Amino acid sequence: MATTTMSDFRVDPVSGLKIHRTANTLVKWNAFAAVVFLLVGGIFGLGVALTRMPSVQLLSPDLFYMALTAHGLVNLAVWIIFFEMAVLYFLASHVLGSRIATPRWAWAQFWLMLVGAAMVAVAVLQGNSSVMMTSYPPLQAAPHFYLGLIIFAVGALIGCFVFLGTLVVAKREKTYQGSIPLVVFGGVTATVIAVFTLVSGAMILIPTFLWSVGLISYIDPMMYRVIWWAFGHSSQQINVVAHISIWYLIASLVFGAKPMSEKVSRFAFLLYILFLQLGSVHHLLSDPGLTSAWKVVNTSYMIYLAVLASMIHGLTVPGSIEVAQRRKGLDTGLFTWLRKAPWGNPVFSGMFLSLVGFGFIGGVTGVVMSVEQINMIIHNTMYLPGHFHGTLVVGTTMAFMAVTYWLIPVVFQRKIALPGVARLQPYVFSLGAWVFSIAVMGAGTLGVQRRHADITFAGQPLAYQYPEIAKGLMDLGEIFAVIMAVGAIMYILVVLASVFTGERIAEDSAPWPKVEDADVVAERTGKKHVGLWGMEAPGTFVLAMILFATIVLYYFVNFKYLSTIWGLS
Amino acid sequence: MGTAYTPPTNPDWWREPVERTEIWWIVLAFAWCIFMFTWMVGWHFVGPQNMSNEAYRTTLEAYSAKVDGMTAQYKIRADEATGEDVVAPPPGSDVYLAGMQWQWRPILELKKGEKYRLHISSYDVGHGFSLQPENINFQVYPGYEQVTTIVPNKSGTFSIVCGEYCGGAGGIGHHSMLGRIYVKE
Repeated sequence: MATTTMSDFRVDPVSGLKIHRTANTLVKWNAFAAVVFLLVGGIFGLGVALTRMPSVQLLSPDLFYMALTAHGLVNLAVWIIFFEMAVLYFLASHVLGSRIATPRWAWAQFWLMLVGAAMVAVAVLQGNSSVMMTSYPPLQAAPHFYLGLIIFAVGALIGCFVFLGTLVVAKREKTYQGSIPLVVFGGVTATVIAVFTLVSGAMILIPTFLWSVGLISYIDPMMYRVIWWAFGHSSQQINVVAHISIWYLIASLVFGAKPMSEKVSRFAFLLYILFLQLGSVHHLLSDPGLTSAWKVVNTSYMIYLAVLASMIHGLTVPGSIEVAQRRKGLDTGLFTWLRKAPWGNPVFSGMFLSLVGFGFIGGVTGVVMSVEQINMIIHNTMYLPGHFHGTLVVGTTMAFMAVTYWLIPVVFQRKIALPGVARLQPYVFSLGAWVFSIAVMGAGTLGVQRRHADITFAGQPLAYQYPEIAKGLMDLGEIFAVIMAVGAIMYILVVLASVFTGERIAEDSAPWPKVEDADVVAERTGKKHVGLWGMEAPGTFVLAMILFATIVLYYFVNFKYLSTIWGLS
Repeated sequence: MGTAYTPPTNPDWWREPVERTEIWWIVLAFAWCIFMFTWMVGWHFVGPQNMSNEAYRTTLEAYSAKVDGMTAQYKIRADEATGEDVVAPPPGSDVYLAGMQWQWRPILELKKGEKYRLHISSYDVGHGFSLQPENINFQVYPGYEQVTTIVPNKSGTFSIVCGEYCGGAGGIGHHSMLGRIYVKE
């Protein structure tokens, strides 16, 4: 067993956490690499947005397909998974006050992921691997495209085991008492799903790589999709779990909030592990050769239990904030707790925008589009990018950005530079992402297909004319995509300015004032019962009812639309 | 004392009572999940729009023979703009449509309100059958022949665009893959 001395640790004046220096360096490098890749992927994304605007059409089709492949891979995989590695190490090491297990393996994680990402980037930029991030055979990319993905995944898998190893170390060295904290439990959930995800990825990408070098003659396209989506969809669940853990973390950091019920929140995380991966079948609802019985079992029993979990977190996170605010004295009316929240603090505003946007945009549409029949009128239209920007950008990316504003002082020991930009950033980014998602979903409902370099079909004798309103929605959506890009650039500016030029926070400086735990305040002031109507969080319940009504209404609107199309059986 | 980033204050947290806000929400959300499950199954019995469960293994040779056979038998004219065959198979018959880089063929002419057994497959890579403006979308693969019983309930000119990225080079490709179905009264 490695021995650690006190000088391997520092006590952080900002958070009060006992921080292992080696773990901290790893968090820094992973988080920084993530932000660099966000910039790279964002530039490709901007190219995609400006091409999909029917009135601009910036890139030629060949360049467009290359940029779209790069944007998908870099932003969806590389930015997010690097950031998740930083989050996992932070949860196991910083939160539990433990040394990180096997730092050498952790560095292997970092370098393998970097090399893998670079290989994929080279393959895509060489121009003969424009196969989209899904890379469905028989379309074939260069061998180093698949190999890069495999190396990247192996790196991430090592990171998962370093996380688990650190939990073992923390338990054995008794750095905490009792059960692990809720956010670490969320980290465990993410890791379990990640291992399933990465093994599925290996199962399909290794044979595909062998096929690309000629050692295997045939990859069945349907089999590829079944296994690939066990990787492709589950990887998105890692993101969901990671950003929900961040919501809980921020609720506690900003408000001193305590989870409403440890049992309910942990059980909801457990539902993800049990059911989410198996629900990846909703990507295959409009595929031939798979029976409806199989599709229905997977997308109802499995997916709905996962949906239930998301609905639970969607209530308990703002609910815990409401209870904390009420205990601290804001116990009047329905929404006083929310109105008096620190809307100028980007850590909170980013987190809350992520929560509301994820529920109303990503969540509502996700539930509706994963109905077997509804999927036929949505599958592979612009609705899809609209939906998953509503989860990945509106939800995950916004939450990661929000927590960054808290992590920079703690991990990089620098104050946030450009606080004015940081204060505005969540609003600009969310405005862009929300309107983009909604507008392109509207275009998708009107039939506009995803992954098309030119929706006007210029010069084609059999050209189809989309309704004018669909083209208008594409223009509108992509204008807001540019606003979203401005929000991302603001974030990157704040990060770079803070990390390189921010005012240093000396290790021995006076501890920063800490937000008091709400239940401590309540005990001091003797406030026992809060809330209305026998509910501790009535305001949150009303918000949840609005979400519920939206889902029900939207569900039946889609069935109404479905009932008017050609008969199909 | 009690946050999401510190261990639970009560070591026996599993036995702590759950607050009413959460219980009501969980009951309601679970009931909705059950409803959605029932509705999705129920639509298979009462709804006229459902995914077909009929599909077969096929090969390029076997499938293209069927497409060519049907085309030879029921061709009514050549399309003016493209020279593509326009085929009018009789109601109730088997209709064969093929996706390939980068077109759908042949052009079909169907009758409104009649049933057809529409077979779809691909000659090369994965494609997406996307019928506009109805916005009906299916995946299409080489080696798989899917059969859907369709009933066009409107007349007019319908376009088939491609819904799955299928490559492209030199300006043509996925976005220029088009086909057409005419539905007559």
